[in-house]
Amino acid sequence: MSNATATTLDPNDLVNHDAETAAPKKGSVAEQQVDITEVIKELENLTQPVGQPFVEDQKFKTRHVDVFYDKTQAIFDANLDIGRNEVISMIGPSGCGKSTYLRCLNRMNDTIPICRVTGDLLLDDENIYDKNQDPVLLRARVGMVFQKPNPFPKSIYDNVAYGPRLHGLASNRSELDEIVEESLTKAGLFKEVKDRLQTPGTGLSGGQQQRLCIARAIAVSPEVILMDEPTSALDPIATATIEELIDELRESFTICIVTHSMQQAARISQRTAYFHMGYLVEVNETSTVFTNPEHQLTENYITGRFG
Amino acid sequence: MEIGQHTSQQYDQELEEVRNMALQMGGMVEDRLSKALRALIENDSQLAEQVAYSDQQVNNLEIQIDEACIQIIARRQPAAGDLRLLISLIKSVTDLERIGDEAEKIARHSLSSNNLGSGSLHASLRHLGHCVRDMLRDSLDAMARMDSQKAVDVAKSDEIIDSEFDNLSRELLTRMMEDPRNIKGSLNVMWCARSLERIGDHSRNICEYVVYLVEGKDVRHSGSINTIGEGDHDHDAANTNANPSAPPSAS
Repeated sequence: MSNATATTLDPNDLVNHDAETAAPKKGSVAEQQVDITEVIKELENLTQPVGQPFVEDQKFKTRHVDVFYDKTQAIFDANLDIGRNEVISMIGPSGCGKSTYLRCLNRMNDTIPICRVTGDLLLDDENIYDKNQDPVLLRARVGMVFQKPNPFPKSIYDNVAYGPRLHGLASNRSELDEIVEESLTKAGLFKEVKDRLQTPGTGLSGGQQQRLCIARAIAVSPEVILMDEPTSALDPIATATIEELIDELRESFTICIVTHSMQQAARISQRTAYFHMGYLVEVNETSTVFTNPEHQLTENYITGRFG
Repeated sequence: MEIGQHTSQQYDQELEEVRNMALQMGGMVEDRLSKALRALIENDSQLAEQVAYSDQQVNNLEIQIDEACIQIIARRQPAAGDLRLLISLIKSVTDLERIGDEAEKIARHSLSSNNLGSGSLHASLRHLGHCVRDMLRDSLDAMARMDSQKAVDVAKSDEIIDSEFDNLSRELLTRMMEDPRNIKGSLNVMWCARSLERIGDHSRNICEYVVYLVEGKDVRHSGSINTIGEGDHDHDAANTNANPSAPPSAS
């Protein structure tokens, strides 16, 4: 499975919002002061995000999600539904908790010893943090694609076949071939690599590698695909290919994407969730968020008004 | 609604500049309308000439503003309030330019009619002219202050202008029926009145763009501008919305 390669992460880097708020960033001129204590007070009073955090046909239902890294709280009471077959994007400044939230959705945070997740996270009404829930099986249902393309040091074929083999999805060679071809085709890569399936996956270009990772993620027929900044290491053309792909994949999967590029969120998602300092501030239709956001913090962020 | 406070101060400046250009254009157009009206009412042919053949400045400004907006859109990918600001400016500028054209028409008609006829007609036209001039000034004011409440109020005053225009039309019709020799002069007055009425419509459009800019609501063609302002105008985002349905209860 793709998530076998959990990227290491430094909790301090991600979550310590005290540090985040205490250190004013560049360009903070006198007039650019945002009263942080006011903002925190306002966020604390925010019992649920403004906009439409809940949908009818939910794939994921998360309620009262709190995440702690040791004693630091990274996410405060997040309530959010993720609709079936929708692309939802998570945006927000660095350290706002969007990646942390994404990682909760397939229990990637289990790999961090000091991380503690509370609240209800239901995938098709099934608690994914239940004691009987096997994280490995869960991650077959909820796949993940990372920021940097991370193919295994194996052939292109084996990269894609790895998951299906692990989960015993194919009973013989020809079935496996079929899965590999289908996954590569869905990921828009098959034509480019069909004559060199046995060459190393690491020999592909960055954009191709990322599509290989997507093929690897969809080879096990997941229900949800989580993407953590999947195109931030790619050039604009490879990015466009991946974005096009995401739109096509939406027919069969539910996609949850964390991105730093607001234009990307605007282009590919149907709904957008805005995180700020560990709080889920606003969730709305993407068309609303980028033309007329309801919350001032969302407006400030997407118009580039944070000092 | 505010313009400044971007992380990139250059961006602040660019937005501020294009907005100032639009306001400057508004001022120019307002000035042209005032002069055209004075020329018409006081029968000042010199002033009329001046207005009738000096549209170039306004036109140039329109092009400059459009170009500046395009540049900002291409380079900054504005979103939310910034995007609405640019879109409303681009649209307002078109209306301003038309207002300039109408003022020019009024000036030209005043050149070809050196007699406004009877006193009551003169008074009616002057009254209509002042109504329109005030409306334009107020809508520019609402634009400058980004005051949507004021914009709503001003937009509503377009109805008064429309009914003034109807009255004047009726008056003119009577005059033409009374004596066919009045037709030429009456038609001239009619054209001027028509231009004034159009300026009222353009001013109303500008007000609608102000509402769009501030509230993010499109109030064109729907009559919904008449219902705005009855509700509460609090824009403290934290209070504006709390989804009443679906309490975040865990199942």
